[in-house]
Amino acid sequence: MITKENYKDAIKPYQPKPKYVRNAIKAFVIGGLICVIGQGLTVLYMHWFDFTAKEAGNPTITTLILIAAILTGFGVYDKLGQFAGAGSAVPVTGFANSITSAALEHRSEGIVLGVATNMFKLAGSVIVFGTVAAYIVGIIRYTVQTVLGS
Amino acid sequence: MKQGKQSWFFQRGVYINETATVTGPKEYEGPLASTFDYAYSKLHCDGDTWEQAEQNLLRKATTICLDKAGLREDALDLMISGDLLNQNVTSNYVARDISTSFLGVFGACSTSMETLAMASALINSQDSHYVLAAASSHYATAERQFRYPTEYGGQKPDTATSTVTGSGVALLSSQPSHIQVEAATIGQVIDYGTNDPLDMGSAMAPAAANTIVQHFQDFNRQPSDYDLILTGDLSSVGTPIVKKLTYQSGYDIEGIHNDSGLMVYHHDQQIFAGGSGCAASAIVTYGHVIQQLKQGTLRQVLIVATGALLNPIMMQQKETIPCIAHAVVLKRGDA
Repeated sequence: MITKENYKDAIKPYQPKPKYVRNAIKAFVIGGLICVIGQGLTVLYMHWFDFTAKEAGNPTITTLILIAAILTGFGVYDKLGQFAGAGSAVPVTGFANSITSAALEHRSEGIVLGVATNMFKLAGSVIVFGTVAAYIVGIIRYTVQTVLGS
Repeated sequence: MKQGKQSWFFQRGVYINETATVTGPKEYEGPLASTFDYAYSKLHCDGDTWEQAEQNLLRKATTICLDKAGLREDALDLMISGDLLNQNVTSNYVARDISTSFLGVFGACSTSMETLAMASALINSQDSHYVLAAASSHYATAERQFRYPTEYGGQKPDTATSTVTGSGVALLSSQPSHIQVEAATIGQVIDYGTNDPLDMGSAMAPAAANTIVQHFQDFNRQPSDYDLILTGDLSSVGTPIVKKLTYQSGYDIEGIHNDSGLMVYHHDQQIFAGGSGCAASAIVTYGHVIQQLKQGTLRQVLIVATGALLNPIMMQQKETIPCIAHAVVLKRGDA
């Protein structure tokens, strides 16, 4: 008997269950592939431009962001995202997609109030918590270093 | 005339004289393509923005409906229209170009039958002669208002639905035609405490069941009195739930029930659990169902448009999803 009180539990048999294992494998493979592409880019930058591994980091990330932004513009990245889930959301390409998609979506409201205002609508929280986390980790590191170092 | 607790019986005779359906490209690739009057080949529907695209859908459907009926715009008494967007912008902006009285209504995806029921009541009461009842929705305008930017690569669960791009319009009057609007049952707002905006089928099923059961009680009818009970957008998740809920109340609708959202697309069109939006029930009812009634394949149907009265801000404030369903009885007219 389905009632208002037991509704959320009683309807569980009718709701398709998330395919955790399949999703995790897809995320692992696609996320891994994106990282492999990133590694390939790093090697190329080191090979062609004589960058050190550390110096090649920034152009690699920039190139990945560019590729993700272009794929978003061509309407490919959302399909990739539906397939790969966290695999395409967690790497820097997912961050680029969240910014580009919001910017594209709001260009109908103009450059300033549309694109610029809404660009970080989705990515804003990532930036906020990224910055906060960096501060906290920094403080911990400084404290531990000071205590242990003395 | 009031009937039972929540129903209206249109004893003076209310008829749908003409209907029009306009859709986007994806809907036209679906199994009901031949029942639509016009389909845009691009999702932008000849508009510069998504909002203009949706307005074009509604405008086109309105124009086609009046053309088919051979009725001039100024002969209309009233247009009742609604959509999913804030402040009903689609309906308001289309109505500014139509020189007739206008009522904008919001009932989320139940709007199609809400406008039809209101229009029928006003004709039955002889307050209006010709009334246009309309509803529209668009995939991209709904996505950006209720969810994420269209190109955002977030993963949706299998319970999610895909908003139907389209608009359905019906012209009603007291002049007899093949399609009679016999009665309507106006739903209550029902909230069973679900809070997942990506599973609206589960949220809306209790509202649909409530209205269906109330309808049978108000008219002392049985499911067998209908050839088809068509819900709006309960999806493949809400459909078995509504059957179970009505069965529990003593009405077995298995076999005669179908869901508009499940009829619009083929299974391989990547629409997750089914189609949703005001247009789901509007284009299926005003296209396919009307056609079947005219042909005599169907004789009496109950259309139950289901609406999740969802608001993204309320969701963020940890609220649940109130839902509503309105039912309208369509039957083959004697004309």
